[in-house]
Amino acid sequence: MSAPLLELQNLQKYFPVSTGVLPRRKIGWVKAVDGVDITIGPGETLGLIGESGCGKTTTSKLILLQETPTAGTIRFDGEDVSVLEGQELMRYRREVQVVFQDPYSSLSPRMRVGDIIAEPLEIHTSLSRQQLQYRVAEVLDLVGLQPEVARLFPHEFSGGQRQRIAIARALATNTRLVVLDEPVSALDVSIRAQIMNQLEHLQQTLGVSYLFIGHDLATVAHISHRIAVMYLGQIVELADSLELCEKPLHPYTQALFSAALPSHPDERHERLTITGEVPSALNPPSGCRFHPRCPHAMPCCAIEAPVRKPIAAEHTVACHLY
Amino acid sequence: MVSTLDETPVSAATVVSQEFASVPWRWTRLVRQLPILPLAILVPFVLIALFANYIAPYDPTEPIPGAKIFEPPYWMQGGSAHALLGTDFQSRDVLSRLIFGARVSLIVGVAGTIVAGSIGTALGILAGYLGGWVDQVIMRVTDAWLALPGLVFAIFLATMVGPSMWNIVIILGLVYWTRYSRVIRGEVLSLREREFVKLSEIAGASRTRVILRHILPNVLNSTMVLASLTIGVVIIAEASLSFLGVGVPPPEPAWGSMLADGRSMLMVGDWWLTVFPGLGILLVVLATQLLGDWLRVRLDPQLRNM
Amino acid sequence: MAALLRVRELKTHYFSFGGTRVVKAVDGVSLTLGKGETIGLVGESGCGKTTTCLSIVGLLPSAARIVGGNIEFAGDELTTKRPREMRRIRGGQIAMILQDPMASLNPLFSIYRQVAEPAYYHQGMRSRLLRERVKNLLRSVRIPSPEVRMREYPHQMSGGMRQRVVGAIAMAGGPKLIIADEPTTNLDVTIQAQYLDVLKDIQQQSGVALVFVTHNLGIVAKMCDRMAVMYAGKIVEQGAVRDLFRDPKHPYTQALLGSMPKLGNKEPLYAIPGQPPNLAQLGPGCAFHPRCAHAMPQCSTREPDDRPIAANWTARCWLVGEPVRERYVSATA
Repeated sequence: MSAPLLELQNLQKYFPVSTGVLPRRKIGWVKAVDGVDITIGPGETLGLIGESGCGKTTTSKLILLQETPTAGTIRFDGEDVSVLEGQELMRYRREVQVVFQDPYSSLSPRMRVGDIIAEPLEIHTSLSRQQLQYRVAEVLDLVGLQPEVARLFPHEFSGGQRQRIAIARALATNTRLVVLDEPVSALDVSIRAQIMNQLEHLQQTLGVSYLFIGHDLATVAHISHRIAVMYLGQIVELADSLELCEKPLHPYTQALFSAALPSHPDERHERLTITGEVPSALNPPSGCRFHPRCPHAMPCCAIEAPVRKPIAAEHTVACHLY
Repeated sequence: MVSTLDETPVSAATVVSQEFASVPWRWTRLVRQLPILPLAILVPFVLIALFANYIAPYDPTEPIPGAKIFEPPYWMQGGSAHALLGTDFQSRDVLSRLIFGARVSLIVGVAGTIVAGSIGTALGILAGYLGGWVDQVIMRVTDAWLALPGLVFAIFLATMVGPSMWNIVIILGLVYWTRYSRVIRGEVLSLREREFVKLSEIAGASRTRVILRHILPNVLNSTMVLASLTIGVVIIAEASLSFLGVGVPPPEPAWGSMLADGRSMLMVGDWWLTVFPGLGILLVVLATQLLGDWLRVRLDPQLRNM
Repeated sequence: MAALLRVRELKTHYFSFGGTRVVKAVDGVSLTLGKGETIGLVGESGCGKTTTCLSIVGLLPSAARIVGGNIEFAGDELTTKRPREMRRIRGGQIAMILQDPMASLNPLFSIYRQVAEPAYYHQGMRSRLLRERVKNLLRSVRIPSPEVRMREYPHQMSGGMRQRVVGAIAMAGGPKLIIADEPTTNLDVTIQAQYLDVLKDIQQQSGVALVFVTHNLGIVAKMCDRMAVMYAGKIVEQGAVRDLFRDPKHPYTQALLGSMPKLGNKEPLYAIPGQPPNLAQLGPGCAFHPRCAHAMPQCSTREPDDRPIAANWTARCWLVGEPVRERYVSATA
């Protein structure tokens, strides 16, 4: 097993909450990310699934260095990312990129597509104008667009095409890891399949790794090799994609599966056993965070937080049932 | 399996532009969209100002040879064709002075706006994007500057540095930049959170690059709208300064000083000395305001569509 | 069975640029809905499903006009009604649920006031009777402690709860038909599942008919008896949900089903090539033919009509029904 490309160890991000008026007193912490351990190997796709407020967006911000962790480490190629400076930091920025959900605000409206894609190259390399054009054409071809579109402006493209441009920009600098934050959620159904196939093809061709963040189980399961399920800032289950679909172990994962929409009218899902809403991350429940909504909750669940441990090969769960 | 694609970008914008190209009378379409009234006023004035040397019948600073002082316009009794709009207290041709005055007003209006706009936009961008103490300092300076009464401050500066057209331009620029910094800062604050800016930062762009490549082009729309609305204000300010005697110095003609000169004769009924320059100011300022309004409506919805 | 809603050849067009540019948002849509039935109106953005709904309830923007066809609701013709009459029908007999609960609720008024409003106007209920009704409505959408909740304001509730309140408001006027336009798009997966269960409950209890507009076939599979697939302003296939899922006849329906990722299945998805069409510049023939895997020469010149496959199952495609003379000869024939 090759060394992981990205490794998150016990990552924590707490946001302070203070009263609004002077003097500003801290009244608590929003524990957005609370002990996340995941690894992504080269050429692999890790799916990160969870509902709103689970911390997946904060996790991606931590990876992209838009926020600094309160505790824990992020390692890229074995090196701690928080101590990177200068050249090393630029190298990280070059090799880790992101594609956001909204294709309509990810592209600068007053720049031509060619310039948008060339920007990371301009920042990190000193290629000549001609070399830049060449590379832009290369990347446009990779995502299935014709090189001539480089001189057009973003508003002349549809949502799916804009997303391709965003992907092209993310790959322009020989990127090794792309964080995909709900990349297809805002697209039409028929375009989603195009983009998903394109992403898979790019992974096979370029060997790039993906962190695929999403909320739709079927979509995430389709493209990911492994899936991590997140709830209130913690990873509750992590397993191989097919294995997870066959045997979801954690009650929250099971609830997600039962809540997922069927792909056929005759498909029967388990009755939905989950109740209530996601509690706020300001005051998470004691012990196992899921216990108030869990149909299998036991007395120990309210007291002690379960540790994630392996149940089968490549399948870890954080639950007292196991 | 990679799907084959039809690459032609299809969107409402392309449809519209294609439609424009296909319709035979596309110029009529374009013209129909322009604001007729403001342009009908401004274009002639701009042309007059540009070609003042060729249009004006006389030298505005010299008296007309053989003319009397305070001659009324030619259609009134006592007027004659050699001074179509009459003469002033030094028997100078009012029409020629009007024409050259237009040049002064427009130059000061445009140049002053450019100075104000540049200072204000630059400070607004810095305050909005850099935040922190830079923001605080710039905003407090803006607040303090706003507390100064504009025209009084301009008069003060004008008397300090001495009157000349370009001095007035700088002075008015210094007086009116605050309008921009507030508004632009607000826009930059929201622009800063837009995804394409964040993407640039994530890709490792330096702050200079983000400002020049992403922030500045996207605030230019607002700057232009503000600018078109400010021109009118600057023109009136210049006229006021000239009226008070601290603007463009005589014998250079300026609408404001023409108003001042002719004021005393209003009582006697020599109205042409003040009404014509007054009309000039009125029309130009009205036209720029209307143009600014049109620009604002035109540019904003497009921004939202993006 | 007398149909509750019968739409026949509805045509709604958008006019812009002084009438020179016409977008045929809805171009000949016919559908039928019986009492208590649920029909899913499926399609992607721009296909005309929202415009169809707006045409039915009379809430079209000023740029749009119904230019043809008729809409019969409970025996009444809706296209000829005056705005005052439509106002009485809206909220009372036909209710609408929209996508964004925050936009549907007035932040200034209490939940009680907003749920009570339709009952107040359309059923003339007052004071104690009205309060009981509001409590019952909130209970039917599974909002706990309704007496407490109804004094609250929208911003004090979560997204899922707000959408349920919107459902209660829709039911308050005692409608026979509810049109739900993508009501679950902004909701989390588990919240969505709870909400759909609630809708199903309401339907079973009150027998209200439901038009469910969505782009998500999974919702249709879960909630609907029948479905109509729309493309470029026309219904390309309409029939029982089971039939369409098992054996879809129209290539677009097949493509949509093929592009859905299925849990536990890693086979490559079928990606429909090309882009959705520009409604202002539709060419002759079938609107789907540029992207169709089974296109034949005549598809580009003649538009197919609605052809029957079985009882209550039609598709707009030359491949359906009588054998067509010009057949596309494949290389292996």
